[in-house]
Amino acid sequence: MDLTVNGTRVEGSPGAGEKGELVLEVDDLNVGFPTDDGMVNAVRGVSYQLRRGQSLGIVGESGSGKSVTSMAVLGLLPKTAQVTGSAKLLGEELLGLGDAALSEVRGKRISMIFQDPLTSLNPVYTVGFQLAEAIRVHYPEVKRAEARERSIDLLDTVGIPNPSQRVDAYPHELSGGMRQRVVIAIAMANNPDVIIADEPTTALDVTVQAQVLEALERAREEVNAALILITHDLGVIAGHTDDVLVMYAGRPVEQGTVDEIFYEPRMPYTLGLIGSMPRMDEERGHRLTPVHGTPPSMLKLPSGCPFRPRCPMSQDICAEVEPDLLPIGSTGHVAACHFADQLEGKRPEDVFAPDSTDPEIEVAVESEAPQEPRSQEDM
Amino acid sequence: MSNTTTTAFEAEAITTKERTQLQLVTKRFFRHKAAVISLIGFITIVLFAFVGPYLWQWDHRIHTEIPSWAPPSPEHPFGSDRAGRDMMGTVMRATGQSLKVALVVALGSTFIGAVVGAVAGYYRGWVDALLMRLVDILFVIPFLVITAAMAGNVRGGTTWWHMALILMVFGWLGTSRAVRAEVLSLREKEFIEAARSVGGSDLHIIFRHLIPNTMSVIIVSATLQIAFAILSESTLSFLGLGIQAPDTSLGLLIQAAESSAFSERWYLFYIPGIFVILIALTINFVGDGLRDAMDPRQTMVRR
Amino acid sequence: MLVFTIRRIVMMIPVLIGASLLAFVLVSVSGDPVADQVFILEQSTGEPVPQETVDNIKERLYYDRSLPERYWLWLTGIGETNGDIGLLQGEWGPSIEGSAIDVGEEIGSRFWITLRLVLFATVASIAIAILTGVVSAVKQYSKVDYLLTFIGFLALSMPTFWFGLLMKEAAVQTNNAIGSTFFQTYRDSTRGFHGNGWEVFLDAIPYLIIPTIVLMLTGYAAMSRYQRASMLEVLNSDYVRLARAKGVRNGTVMRRHALRTALIPVATFAPLGLATAMGGSLVIERIFGWRGLGAFAYDAITHNDAFAVLGYLFISGVIVLIGILISDLMYGVLDPRIRYE
Repeated sequence: MDLTVNGTRVEGSPGAGEKGELVLEVDDLNVGFPTDDGMVNAVRGVSYQLRRGQSLGIVGESGSGKSVTSMAVLGLLPKTAQVTGSAKLLGEELLGLGDAALSEVRGKRISMIFQDPLTSLNPVYTVGFQLAEAIRVHYPEVKRAEARERSIDLLDTVGIPNPSQRVDAYPHELSGGMRQRVVIAIAMANNPDVIIADEPTTALDVTVQAQVLEALERAREEVNAALILITHDLGVIAGHTDDVLVMYAGRPVEQGTVDEIFYEPRMPYTLGLIGSMPRMDEERGHRLTPVHGTPPSMLKLPSGCPFRPRCPMSQDICAEVEPDLLPIGSTGHVAACHFADQLEGKRPEDVFAPDSTDPEIEVAVESEAPQEPRSQEDM
Repeated sequence: MSNTTTTAFEAEAITTKERTQLQLVTKRFFRHKAAVISLIGFITIVLFAFVGPYLWQWDHRIHTEIPSWAPPSPEHPFGSDRAGRDMMGTVMRATGQSLKVALVVALGSTFIGAVVGAVAGYYRGWVDALLMRLVDILFVIPFLVITAAMAGNVRGGTTWWHMALILMVFGWLGTSRAVRAEVLSLREKEFIEAARSVGGSDLHIIFRHLIPNTMSVIIVSATLQIAFAILSESTLSFLGLGIQAPDTSLGLLIQAAESSAFSERWYLFYIPGIFVILIALTINFVGDGLRDAMDPRQTMVRR
Repeated sequence: MLVFTIRRIVMMIPVLIGASLLAFVLVSVSGDPVADQVFILEQSTGEPVPQETVDNIKERLYYDRSLPERYWLWLTGIGETNGDIGLLQGEWGPSIEGSAIDVGEEIGSRFWITLRLVLFATVASIAIAILTGVVSAVKQYSKVDYLLTFIGFLALSMPTFWFGLLMKEAAVQTNNAIGSTFFQTYRDSTRGFHGNGWEVFLDAIPYLIIPTIVLMLTGYAAMSRYQRASMLEVLNSDYVRLARAKGVRNGTVMRRHALRTALIPVATFAPLGLATAMGGSLVIERIFGWRGLGAFAYDAITHNDAFAVLGYLFISGVIVLIGILISDLMYGVLDPRIRYE
């Protein structure tokens, strides 16, 4: 299961039957929103290819354009959004299609799972109605009773106990985790080619998260779909995806296999994300290394590299030239950093200062590494 | 890398300038064109009513030298009525009286509503139940009829002050409900918990923490109260149950010109009517602009 | 559903009793009908009224009793009475006009005239408000939206009485221009309630048109803003987005998912419209010379006829409570979340 990034990867499994078939190809996707204060370029130049059975993780902070990317593919953005580029489903262009044509794709070929299960279901209709609606909107010839049977099966597949009773429940009668499973069941109802899950576990209890992710995995296997998992949780990415796309300020900044991203990151931001993640495999005394500051305003991006103001490695060139997404070696791993080479073998704590709440250690860290930038907490 | 450059870079990270809440609200408000125009319009009307009488030669009384039913002219821009009152001076006085009622009602009923809503929402339990039942009960009594019954029976003639008091006592229901709803969600927030844990008294929490944090709801409902009071006051005066002659109000002026909308004395009907509409319209737009400006959920881009 | 309905009705009884008590106290403190009567007598006879007459008036109006006692009598009629007081026994209390007016009978005969107007206006304003509110929300920030918003604000800011006078005069002008009295601008009907329903209806139509339009004004203004806001909220909701992501077409999403849910908050708002319309009828009936409840209330207030005012407050309270009940039931039908509450 390989990801072809910007066409640079040639090996892998091209034409390996059903399983490796190229289903979704996004090329140079740009999304802008006109506002009173000017154009907000929420997504700039996102490209990826997705094969059947493959799973792609998209990571980034809130506002980095992860969700907008997928919604643009399905035409779910407000009418004011300006979308350019290309998104092809099995070779068929999706961008620019009208509502009627897109409705044929939505829920049938590509389906989407949204972040908040508590608000994703219409409160005034039963779970069964909303599931059956998803089926019958694409297959009107399916009888109500059949749709109901299928709905019960789907609820069973995603692990809802007593599905034949729950099918008549209203959303408010189910817990958050259950509701998210219902949404997953809706997403897999028509055996789609692609399932896009936008932060499917963020709003859920940690204990429920694993169950929901498992249901999602099962759904993917069941219908042999490709999966796009949008999240800010690197733990979820590590356990559930094959390839990773890291986004910052609307732009892809690093792309590669999950191993490449986790063990050989070549962009300081990726490094920072990894360093700020608590890990079970580190020894007890290990300190987390936070990325200080906040993402830039999309209305007024800093010149050059958008990550520059928060980057401990930034040099003059960073303010002048926005780095391109360049290949690292020949495996299809790409990163957008002027100093990608220097990052070889670096660990997060080599680049970012560890965080501390203990003033003694704080002082120690500061005196030890005077060249390190001070944290922004005092700003 | 020197410290100074680092600081410069860091400063750039916060590319959106930090603004105070007031600056933010002001900026958002001034983006709402209709609201800004309305604010200017409303201020103009207020100046007309309260400063105008000092600049204009005629007041709202009968003067023998003013001809009766004079059409609008440079001497009498709004014409004159049958008894020989200059309508310009009369409308100034009438607008002033109506505005005084409206402003007092807005302040008073908003205060009552805010306190009742905050107390009910903060204490919950029987206090809440009692106060909200009182609101339910008052809601069932028709506002116009009970205020008319009270205003129509004021001994020695109804003045603007009586009107304001009566409208105030019955006008706080909506505000109290809105504030209560807001306080119900606020009281669960950490900063209230914090205030309580450091020993803040209930009174301190209500007036220092809860009410200031519901200010956006309170300010918006206060502006809408102005419009509501203007309309109620002029309606009661029109029915003859409000401000009484020889004093004047916009409602009384319209009543006097009841059937002249299409006669040659049209000005007697339209001018006071348009003043009522303008006051209510501008204040409604200002309220709308404030609501948009203060709604924290308002973002520049929607998803 | 039946249990729900009954429970709601039972819950309303204390509210009605509380409202009647509060109204009773307010009316009692706001004016003294006995003093008024004595004053009128003095004016007409030109000489001081003998104490005996004052006592008689007091006794007839039950003003010789204390306030709590009088309230008790008014509500129940239990105690020493002339048989003309006690709501529970169907007696509404004596009018100052004496036997010329029976408060209960007056209210009964005028009730349908006002209800007809109020219901017509409320239903019509809700219908138009829903329609324009939805159009406004769907076409947010379009010219249509701006126009409808402005009309809404204008309606919200226009005093009913001024608009009523304007429409009345405009109708008179129209009648003159076309040379026939198409719009009736005075009185509520020609034949009252005599004849079969259809005849009564046809007879009332020309009288109803203008007053209904005028009375719709305020209700429409508030409701259309509300409908727009609620529709916008639903249109931006996650479940509408999910419905579209499922492949449901835009039109169907609007009908099935957006409108259906957006109607819920408006349903709760409707009884407020009924209450406002009841108040507005006071103005309408005064302008168009109707002989309904509004005119009754107006006369009662200007004559300081305490029991008549109370009668009106009571009946309009009952109407508002019935409106709230209906909206509660609609809420239950529209929103499954509160069905089992």
